[in-house]
Amino acid sequence: MEITAVSHPNAPYTKPPLLKRLFNNETFLAWLFLLPSLIGFITFFAVPAVRGLYISFTDWDLLSDPKFIGVENYVNMFQDKQFWRSLQVTLYYVLLNIPLQTMLAIGLAIMMDRVTQSSFIRGLFVMPWLLPPVIVALVWLWMLDPTLGFINNALQAIGLHRQPFLGSPDQAMPSIALINIWQYTGYTALLFFAGLQTIPKTIYEAAAIDGATERRIFWSITLPLLRPVLVFVLVTTIIGSFQIFDTIAVTTGGGPVDATRVITWYIFEYAFQRFQMGYATAVAVVLFLILIVVTIIQMRILRSDESDLA
Amino acid sequence: MTTLSTPSSNRPRRRLKLTPGKIVSWIIVISAIIIILFPFWWVVRTALSTQREMLANPKSLAPVGFTLINFARVLGQVDTATAVAAGGSGQQINFWLFLRNSIIVAVLVVVGQTFFSALAAYAFARLRFPFRDKIFFLYITALMIPGIVTLIPNFLLIRQLEWDNTFVGIIAPTFLMSPFAVFFLRQFFLGINRELEEAASIDGASKFGIFWRIIIPMSGPPLATLAILTFVTTWNAYLWPFLVGKDEGVRVLTVALAIFRSQTPQGAPDWTGLMAATIVSMVPTLVLFLLLGRRVVNNIQFTGFK
Repeated sequence: MEITAVSHPNAPYTKPPLLKRLFNNETFLAWLFLLPSLIGFITFFAVPAVRGLYISFTDWDLLSDPKFIGVENYVNMFQDKQFWRSLQVTLYYVLLNIPLQTMLAIGLAIMMDRVTQSSFIRGLFVMPWLLPPVIVALVWLWMLDPTLGFINNALQAIGLHRQPFLGSPDQAMPSIALINIWQYTGYTALLFFAGLQTIPKTIYEAAAIDGATERRIFWSITLPLLRPVLVFVLVTTIIGSFQIFDTIAVTTGGGPVDATRVITWYIFEYAFQRFQMGYATAVAVVLFLILIVVTIIQMRILRSDESDLA
Repeated sequence: MTTLSTPSSNRPRRRLKLTPGKIVSWIIVISAIIIILFPFWWVVRTALSTQREMLANPKSLAPVGFTLINFARVLGQVDTATAVAAGGSGQQINFWLFLRNSIIVAVLVVVGQTFFSALAAYAFARLRFPFRDKIFFLYITALMIPGIVTLIPNFLLIRQLEWDNTFVGIIAPTFLMSPFAVFFLRQFFLGINRELEEAASIDGASKFGIFWRIIIPMSGPPLATLAILTFVTTWNAYLWPFLVGKDEGVRVLTVALAIFRSQTPQGAPDWTGLMAATIVSMVPTLVLFLLLGRRVVNNIQFTGFK
């Protein structure tokens, strides 16, 4: 126990009242400070995580009590073609989304770095990121409308064919990827832009004196020195993409057919439309494991442990 | 988490000389701005158009048959017959109510989460107590659990507590803490110079006094950043409030918009109404952003928060 308050040396010693003593007891106070967050953490993070694991081993339709069925949900999952299809669709989305978004963002950040430091312009770039994905999806649903949408009218005006976009199995996923690229590229570019500010100008000057070309400077200086930001951006955006939901809920609802039935939509259908809580939770647990593996692989490939990010 | 410095203002201003490289860069930056801004204009243009005229003239870049009726419709200011005549589905809609609900939820979560997370972060950063580092490690672990894993158990818990369709149910999981908020504030508190606290302690300040009178006032920028990010996250959330708050009395804007969209007739959706509702839902975020934009922009870069 430690009393931090020191009484005045000349004052006669009186025992402080109990409440005051308690409040000066560091351990007691620490637990008091921690208590609200601890309640939140235990109730809505720790217990649900453990309980989720348990639920995944049960058969539970919400009407009757959960019935323990061992690994049956997992066995069923691995035998379900739709499960594998939804994984494939999710992966397809991640591959459509991440490389393009990251490259555009790096390019944009470099262009911005060359010509402007304006925080007004940077503000414009993050605007889409601040909006709810539901709203962004609605806006683009309208922009991409087959008959009245601006994009189709613009395509027609320049002599191209109208496209079904979200209405066709082939184009639905690329359209959703484009919607999310529109929403997140500006924000990602801002992260890279901030990364660029940390690279000392002198390195560029030295390279220029040595006669390095722009391309050479990009590959040998800019990109390697951006690696900490790159690791962070890739890890967070890939984890985010694997969990895409809102955009799909508003635009396609998993369709057409199963072209956009990503893994989270698959979980949603089982949990909240078919009320198979056990099975849905088992899929969520598998998604979690996939995310852990993906993250570890990325960290390895990008050697994040050697950066100041680790 | 990245800890990047914000762009330094002491960097020498580059001379305004337009080289071909710079012209190309400007063209790219300006194109990007147009691509970002155009959909916003298209939303405004649609919301200000009359349904019938818009269908007849879908290509015009300006509003066709300028009107404010769509806003009146989504804010429940006109009777059903007028609303149907203007292209509505006849459903009673009142976005004022949903706007109010969104504000209630967002404000409660921002205040609660920021305050309680700050308390916890202070304990982790400055106080000594048993299991401190172990508990902190658990918090960090929670940072990595994707939302979908805890979603179903949390939904079941809220149902069992009979908190569904209440504000309490909507805010419960995020009101008392978020692992990110605790982590973020702890990092900042660790960086505060201890000397001031020690001086205050010698002067007889209690630990709570130090927290309240020294730490909190010194942490304005990170607390504001966190509050803004929490506001945006809460305001934008869809799946959770959809699951536990479908009743109109507690329905938030994102849920209302998705339901509004699913109610509009297939084939001929009420686009003018939808876009007016969209603008209503965007306004608070955009106002907040206009007021605090610079801070958001500069701080996003060092939080690297998504």
